[in-house]
Amino acid sequence: MSLTRAQVEGIAHLARLEITEAQMPVYVDSLSRIIDFVEQLSAADTGGAEPMAHPLADQVQRLRPDTATETDRHEKYQRNAPSVAAGLYLVPKVIE
Amino acid sequence: MSLHTLTVAELAAGLKARRFSSLDLALHFLGRIERLGPELNAFVTVTAERALEDARRADELLAKGEGGPLTGVPIAQKDIFCTDGILTTCSSKMLSNFVAPYDATVVERWRAAGTVLLGKTNMDEFAKHLRHETSFYGPVKNPWDLKRVPGGSSGGSAAAVAACLAPAASGTDTGGSIRQPAALTNLTGLKPTYGRVSRYGMIAFASSLDQGGMLTRSAEDAALLLKAMAGFDPRDSTSVDAPVPDYVAELATPLDGLRVGVIREFFGEGLDPAVGKLVQDAIGVLRANGASIVEVSLPALPLSVPTYYVVAPAECSSNLSRFDGVRFGHRCDSPRDLLDLYKRSRGEGFGDEVKRRIMTGTYVLSAGYYDAYYLKAQKVRQLIAADFARAFGEVDVVIGPTAPTAAFELGAKTSDPITMYLNDIYTIGANLAGLPAISVPCGFVREGGKDLPVGLQLVGPHFAESRLLSVSHQYQQLTDWHRRVPQGYE
Repeated sequence: MSLTRAQVEGIAHLARLEITEAQMPVYVDSLSRIIDFVEQLSAADTGGAEPMAHPLADQVQRLRPDTATETDRHEKYQRNAPSVAAGLYLVPKVIE
Repeated sequence: MSLHTLTVAELAAGLKARRFSSLDLALHFLGRIERLGPELNAFVTVTAERALEDARRADELLAKGEGGPLTGVPIAQKDIFCTDGILTTCSSKMLSNFVAPYDATVVERWRAAGTVLLGKTNMDEFAKHLRHETSFYGPVKNPWDLKRVPGGSSGGSAAAVAACLAPAASGTDTGGSIRQPAALTNLTGLKPTYGRVSRYGMIAFASSLDQGGMLTRSAEDAALLLKAMAGFDPRDSTSVDAPVPDYVAELATPLDGLRVGVIREFFGEGLDPAVGKLVQDAIGVLRANGASIVEVSLPALPLSVPTYYVVAPAECSSNLSRFDGVRFGHRCDSPRDLLDLYKRSRGEGFGDEVKRRIMTGTYVLSAGYYDAYYLKAQKVRQLIAADFARAFGEVDVVIGPTAPTAAFELGAKTSDPITMYLNDIYTIGANLAGLPAISVPCGFVREGGKDLPVGLQLVGPHFAESRLLSVSHQYQQLTDWHRRVPQGYE
């Protein structure tokens, strides 16, 4: 087992995922298998290869003038929000 | 021949000749979806009203002798593409209440071309292929054998087109999610070059690999639909600003002089010999009709699966961080505090395979592991791309099987993620290198008393869609595998 339960709990916390007690051993097992499997990359001779930044070598990031192009559609967008008031998204109290 | 087994090109010709109206077609396909759809579970949402409205508009244009080559043709959209005012779920509980506030570019362009939207197709949750068993709405079934999967993640699109519930459907391909289901359901499936089709409004899984495309009954149909879908879009920062060729006109390019490279690494261990034989037979057809065949070796390609399972989960964990229970999507009941809201909303909203991918990605990107996994994988990716580039110095296209076996049974292969991931072995390379690739029907194997389809895969250099489509079209002029329809759906 390449990952411990404590490590997987740490990963789940970083990823902001609640994992049930019953499911935890299943994730420890399957994530360990995946990490063991991708470990074979470390043996690959990548010599002086540059990490790929874009599949098309000659592409450059396009820039555009810094001007507003979108119209205000917040009402439409906020129709999908679980909780909204006065155009604001509501979450549980953060600051006591 | 009945209406529903016709290709997009044939339907378009019939509409122009006024042999039937767009409304006739919409009603005919909606009727089939109502009758045959539930058993296959191919659709998440059927947009009947919208289809009739689109069809009436198309008929008005056609009556005036106006409209383009696709006006009035019904299509289905994978439920990963945002559709303004229509539920867009990505087959996840997380988005089971999400009504998209805008159209994806792919949706907008097919609509502008006059197509008629029949509905949104089921898929693996958040396009994590390839089993087609991870949808929140339940698995899709393969019309060639209802006990088997249609492949994934574009499994609903594949089942819908294969069962003649729609003439064509969109798909997305991150590691084979168009080509593998196309192969398993006897369809033509094209994954264009990275950047050829806009990703705007296509819910992101792995942004450096995702590409939209289509599943159709023929290469000619894929050419027609690609022409309407491809091209520069300023709203997608990786969209490529290059002219869109006339894919349909170029279908006529003959096989004479075509140089084909058979990928040695694709015919080794793990390949079902019966599948290998059908692919070799298809290569024989190309040879007999003017193509020259050589063997090519892509030595880094066996590393494509581990490379993919670092890069894709890494990008997935980043992309799916937007689902926070605050702005859209599932929110848990009575959260204690903000952290609890995030954790429970995401824990409840995502399925197991999605959570597994997010956690894998979180781990490989975390401090101390980034160089060993993510950076290393991006270097290996460069080697894989270089292998393809070397091959394309000698040949026009490379060829091999799309998947190592025909469709497997529902519930098989689910216990070990690695066994499942190895199904992607032939398709992932094209995504890692950003190359266009197509799967084309090339015959059937007999298993469990059923005929199961097999696909042939062609991969070309960047922007060689025309060549892939013309080779596939020429092959389809010489064979009729692609015209076969599963029993009970004729």
